[in-house]
Amino acid sequence: MSTALEIDAVSRTFAGVRGGPPTAALLPTTLAVADNDFITIVGPSGCGKSTLLRIVAGLDRPTAGHVRLDGHAVTGPGADRGMVFQSYTLFPWLTVIDNIKFGLREKAMPEARAAQIAAHYVDKVGLRGFERHYPKMLSGGMQQRTAIARALANEPRILLLDEPFGALDNQTRSLMQELLLSIWESERKTVLFVTHDIEEAIFMANRVVVMTARPGRVKTDVSVTLGHPRHYTVKTTAPFSALKAKLTEEIRAEVLKAAEPQP
Amino acid sequence: MRPLEPVGASRKVVLGLAFFALFVFGWSVATFGGFVSRTFLADPLTMLREGWTLFAQFGFAKDVAITIWRVLGGFILAAALGVPLGIAMGAYKPVEAFFEPFVSFARYLPASAFIPLLILWAGIGEMQKLLVIFIGSFFQIVLMVAVTVGATRRDLVEAAYTLGANASGIVRRVLLPSAAPAIAEALRLVLGWAWTYVIVAELIGASSGIGHMITDSQALLNTGQIIFGIILIGIIGLVSDVGFKRANRALFPWYG
Repeated sequence: MSTALEIDAVSRTFAGVRGGPPTAALLPTTLAVADNDFITIVGPSGCGKSTLLRIVAGLDRPTAGHVRLDGHAVTGPGADRGMVFQSYTLFPWLTVIDNIKFGLREKAMPEARAAQIAAHYVDKVGLRGFERHYPKMLSGGMQQRTAIARALANEPRILLLDEPFGALDNQTRSLMQELLLSIWESERKTVLFVTHDIEEAIFMANRVVVMTARPGRVKTDVSVTLGHPRHYTVKTTAPFSALKAKLTEEIRAEVLKAAEPQP
Repeated sequence: MRPLEPVGASRKVVLGLAFFALFVFGWSVATFGGFVSRTFLADPLTMLREGWTLFAQFGFAKDVAITIWRVLGGFILAAALGVPLGIAMGAYKPVEAFFEPFVSFARYLPASAFIPLLILWAGIGEMQKLLVIFIGSFFQIVLMVAVTVGATRRDLVEAAYTLGANASGIVRRVLLPSAAPAIAEALRLVLGWAWTYVIVAELIGASSGIGHMITDSQALLNTGQIIFGIILIGIIGLVSDVGFKRANRALFPWYG
């Protein structure tokens, strides 16, 4: 498999608050994402995983290092890197279908073609019948479905997800995981998915990247060998549990380290 | 009654009307009961009769029309210039840094204090009245719009960037639609204030309008006409406010 995304020694330091010392959020991190791969990044909160994702999206700039997508340096946000945020970021003044078409209109795509693509993704995320609804009329899960459809409709080279199901209840979260996984299984997109939920990280991914506590860096990089299509029952199998136990241990060590009082 | 508990629709209307009724009742007791001298306060019936006289004999409808025209003229002028400037300031921080300190200063300049100057510059014609309202409304509109646009949710802007929007796309397709309901709400508030400026402008150096009628009536000690004029302004304000609210709700069904 060829490399789609290269993260090359990317680090991020935030300027100190009120003359205080600068904070290192992310130590030099190197990561290669293969074409059509599904990678999850998991780590304790504040470990810089979201910062890393925002740098890939072009919403934040690295203090040092480079991000390249298909060999081209990332200098700012662009339609080739679709993003789904943890907060609900649907445009409240647009209906579901117009939200999904947002990027297509920005590309000045002919309306008929845009409508066709949007309808396809409405079906994909199971929102048929809700096309004319405004975001305020939708549940959190439905808003995130729309956000996923909106990102996918743009046909990005890579899909970035920043704890997209973090604000959802457990049952909805499971359903959304299955939905996203089934979309990936049928469309084979390149996906970089940030989460703090270990089970979610394993269930979704081909590769789980574990990050250390702040300042973050890659601690371990584990392949998930569970086959596809993946059914939710895989979560109760022995190999899944073994992997979960291993990663839980690794992250627990980091959480403990982060909980220690700073000198 | 518990804090923040909502009140039913019909009960809300009844309660709202009840205070009007109570107000008129108190006024009637004070005047018909002889507690207040007629010279200082006319009773409600005299007020209505005087109002009728104004319309029937003194062509008051024309004064009302001209006052409405002045308010709308000055207000639309202020909005037409103030909204775009406010949007530019909210969207682009250097523009804001350039104008904001001056606008913040100018906003505290009382529009009524400009009247003598404006009479000097523009005479006592329509232009002077429009300018009073313009000065009173423009700076308020600019600041309120700038704050609204500047407060656009950053995550929506970021989402639009990741969907391929460029700078002009962000302004046209995120900042504007996102700020539109609050801008409309700001305009509704400022229109209310514009009504106070127009009356002040008409109290000095005017030969027509509701404010002019009020000064005339003062000279004749006709408190009935004065009160009628004041209440009429209140009614017009209420009607335009309700209209504005309805229009906003119809224009922005996604809001709230």
